[in-house]
Amino acid sequence: MSLVSVRSGTSRPLLRLSLSSRQSEALTGILMASPWILGFIIFIAGPMLISLYLSFTRWDLFTEPRWIGLRNFEQLFLRDAKFLLSLKVTTIYAFVSVPLQVSLGLVLANLLNQKIRLLGFFRTVYYLPSVIGGIAVAVMFRWIFGTQFGLINSMLATFGIQGPSWLGDPDLVLVSFILMSMWGAGASMLIYLGALQGIPSELYEAADVDGAGNLARFLRITVPMMTPVIFFNMIMGIITALQEFVLPFIMTRGGPANSSTFLVLYLYRNAFELFKMGYASAIAWIIFIYIMVLTVFIIRSSSMWVYYEGSLKGR
Amino acid sequence: MAERAARLPAQGSDTQWSEQAKRLSIYVVLLAGAVIVFIPFAWTLSTALKAPDRLAEFPPRWIPDPIVWDNFPEAVTIKPFGRWFLNTLFVVGVATTGTIMSASLVAYSFARLRWPGRNLLFLVLLATMMLPDQVTLIPTFVLFRHLGWVNTYLPLIAPPFFARNAFFVFLLRQFFMTIPLDLDDAARMDGASYFQIYLRIILPMSKPALAVAAIMFSQFKWKEFLAPLIYLNKQEMFTVSLGLRTFIGESWGTEWHLMMAANIIFMIPLILIFFFAQKYFIQGVVITGVKG
Repeated sequence: MSLVSVRSGTSRPLLRLSLSSRQSEALTGILMASPWILGFIIFIAGPMLISLYLSFTRWDLFTEPRWIGLRNFEQLFLRDAKFLLSLKVTTIYAFVSVPLQVSLGLVLANLLNQKIRLLGFFRTVYYLPSVIGGIAVAVMFRWIFGTQFGLINSMLATFGIQGPSWLGDPDLVLVSFILMSMWGAGASMLIYLGALQGIPSELYEAADVDGAGNLARFLRITVPMMTPVIFFNMIMGIITALQEFVLPFIMTRGGPANSSTFLVLYLYRNAFELFKMGYASAIAWIIFIYIMVLTVFIIRSSSMWVYYEGSLKGR
Repeated sequence: MAERAARLPAQGSDTQWSEQAKRLSIYVVLLAGAVIVFIPFAWTLSTALKAPDRLAEFPPRWIPDPIVWDNFPEAVTIKPFGRWFLNTLFVVGVATTGTIMSASLVAYSFARLRWPGRNLLFLVLLATMMLPDQVTLIPTFVLFRHLGWVNTYLPLIAPPFFARNAFFVFLLRQFFMTIPLDLDDAARMDGASYFQIYLRIILPMSKPALAVAAIMFSQFKWKEFLAPLIYLNKQEMFTVSLGLRTFIGESWGTEWHLMMAANIIFMIPLILIFFFAQKYFIQGVVITGVKG
């Protein structure tokens, strides 16, 4: 724009030109963004409002929705033991499996960040589980966790140990899911590896000059420099884990005794097997609010433990 | 400093030794991890090649005897697997095209054009990335059902044309921001329209980022499960991911050898694309993950 003004000598046509070109830029911009704007209205904002409305109704999809106020929520929190169990197991799964995955991913990334051979090979192998993800993993592990002929119990049996019923024991099924999730810990490893390599080497050199040991280097440089990345992945991981559906749906159908009925599976059952659309919408909003509160809480608390490079400059 | 320098030679051989031991232990740990990652794959392949009466063999055998290659043709013929494969290719192809077209156009607008409300809407777009899908699931289902789209592929392929997956807008925008704005200005001087700049300059310069987006999205779409489960009821309409479920037996038990063969066929495209496009995966992680 400024180039144009230099060229055209007089100021009057310039003003008109720059005004109309700015308008045309704005118009084109909105036009080009319109697929997303439309999509946002049709597929996100509209449905959100409707599901909020539905959460206050009783609706079987075939008759008219009936307004029942807060009764869905009352039912869920005060009388629906299955829902409370589902809230509990989903929370345990997310808050145990994700920190474990993050820790394992960090350890792997630190090991791979040395000058080692076969770096590409290890990186590929560790990333592989998240490439196939979801249903394929569920199918694989349903077979591996089998009580009678599953791989784990067959191996245990060769040592004369009778393996437990990994997916059939209400007390064990969550442990099995968490163990399985560890198998996919390599995905975050790639991110941490990238972040580790992004730490300026001057920091370590300065620490060497000051005579810092390995542990001090790790605790005083590596950990603080990594916290923003760890923090981000932890939140995203927990949000994803709270929405887990395929694993319990394929591996246990939520059993035994609902001990692996995760929230989204319970929502799916209510909506698409029992056609309780209002009730399911209430569950959806509880999941949504749960995730929102969690996200806001973690972001608020982050200043206490996340180190951003900018904050140092501020001091 | 002098003190430190004097200390070093004396420690030399000692540190070298512990250095060697440390390296060795790192390799041992990494290799053990790699083996653990490999075992489920190996067991899946092994099962897929077993005769049905050898599935319960004890102790478990890694290399089946006899090796039954026929499990693969059997798995794809007892179910309409070929049809499922084509269905999935169609859905993935169209949806990926839609996502790349819409996401790149929207990303261009957010990255390089100035319009009122842009920054606010971009924040909204970022927020939608955190939004759990469940909260829109039921009304969206009701809408598509009302339109008569149940048992068609439209619920799976129409939303991508509206950049429904904001993550890809974000990814492409991050990349477009790195292209010098001078290029746009020069093209404007030559009388190019914004759309021409997008088509002739931005897109050709962003091939790597577009490849990252296309690969990430198509892999996601190939694995997608909940949407096909809700919208597709007729078996011949299934995608492969949904079809896999039909191998889980209801009354007579699961035919594990066939199910594992089917699972391998399902995984092959994912793994092949991953191997051939590894650098794009790593770039995808770098563009988005670290930016967090």
